[in-house]
Amino acid sequence: MSPVATHDDIARFNFLANFNKYMAGVVVAGNSIAFNERAAPQWLATHGAPPDTRREIREAMREDAYYRMWSSLRRTGMEMRQQAGRALVLRQMRSLRDRAQALSASHPDTLRLDSSISVPRYQSELDNHCMPGSYYAEYIDGDVSAAANYDAGMFATTTGLFGRYLDGAGRGTVEWLRRRRPGWTPKRILDLGSGLGHNVVPVARAFPEAEIIAVDLAAPMLRYGHARAIGMGIKNVIFQQANAESLPFEDGHFDFIFSAMFLHETSHSALRNILCEAKRLLAPGGLQVHLEQPPYRGMGAFEQFLRDWDCQYNNEPFWSALHDTRLPELMAELGVAKDKIFETEIHALVEEEMPKVSSEVEDYGRGGMWYACGYDA
Amino acid sequence: MNDLELQKLINAAASGKRPHFFEDHDVDRLLTIVWALAGELAVTRERLDTVERLLSERQLLDRAKIDAYRPDASAAEERGRWQIEYIARLLRLLQQEMDALKGKSAK
Repeated sequence: MSPVATHDDIARFNFLANFNKYMAGVVVAGNSIAFNERAAPQWLATHGAPPDTRREIREAMREDAYYRMWSSLRRTGMEMRQQAGRALVLRQMRSLRDRAQALSASHPDTLRLDSSISVPRYQSELDNHCMPGSYYAEYIDGDVSAAANYDAGMFATTTGLFGRYLDGAGRGTVEWLRRRRPGWTPKRILDLGSGLGHNVVPVARAFPEAEIIAVDLAAPMLRYGHARAIGMGIKNVIFQQANAESLPFEDGHFDFIFSAMFLHETSHSALRNILCEAKRLLAPGGLQVHLEQPPYRGMGAFEQFLRDWDCQYNNEPFWSALHDTRLPELMAELGVAKDKIFETEIHALVEEEMPKVSSEVEDYGRGGMWYACGYDA
Repeated sequence: MNDLELQKLINAAASGKRPHFFEDHDVDRLLTIVWALAGELAVTRERLDTVERLLSERQLLDRAKIDAYRPDASAAEERGRWQIEYIARLLRLLQQEMDALKGKSAK
């Protein structure tokens, strides 16, 4: 389902991938040096105490020449990634749409779009991570370009840490699940905020007999994801347009519910509603798990400050709040038994030739390792 | 949709205020353009690399010869003229400013 890329399109992404890698591997380190050598002493001289929260650090660093250059470059890199992706997909949006429709036509029953689903304001107000039109733009009928752009560009932003098919989180989750519950075969699986289904594909492959539903708000993502999955030989996933705050399934319908890098894109009230809904839908004896970047608690203020860059400057409005939220406490507040709640780490499982996550290559906010929180029902 | 409309759509901004980091916002703006140029230079370099490799696979080019190549006098002169023309074109503003400073701006 991939767009047809020219030599120049590929080279553009190669440049951006290497630029991101260099920024994350080399350039970012200068920020802490600039902070310790320059910004912190200046702050101390003015305020009489060293900056100690991430907000104070941000204030102190705002004036720093190195941080300014790093930030300005990083922002323009994010925009260039969008530009390169749009230059690739928009010129062929009709043929992409036609190919998606042709693939989907073989299994029309597993693509369930619902035009009555409206995009909530917290989603429509700001284009997620600087994607013009976000996940929802439809320039033509049946448009899949937003998803094709997301798919094509994510490799450049994550520099291979998520694997060739960007399914490292899904594969890691399967691995983790097999260790946690050896021999367990869930019968009904729900992927919340599936996007174009990067992570549901390996789950579907691991549990070919299961009934799997991937829900998302965005029709372009679901159309593309459905066609992509069929193209990859995956037939047991229903791609359903729905709002995860209120899902059209019976109580206890699913025995395995998961989400990957989804909760940080939801507002405070939506997050509560989604977790309530997921609790309602989980069958007795089932399990749910949500993958996210690590929470800020227990992290040094400077690292929090760096990880918070995306919230301030890359249109991730709910990023800070989510990373400050204690998910286990929130789950308990919503009625989950405390002793059933767990926190763990899930690592991306990627092809041998792909880079592995390590402290040297981790770009703050997009590493190949996730914090996971969930519970056994 | 015509070509210009397509370009407009490709280059559309994401909603939300664009942040600036330098006191003078124009520095951020300029960096955006410079970095796009840097990207396009990498794109061109990669294309040239492909051309070299394809030619060398077909034994139409020995890549070592590129590094060993030394232009003869006339080629060197031609290249030198091109370089001067190129640099002058890029730095025309400096020339114009200097002319103005000298009070002989070409009108």
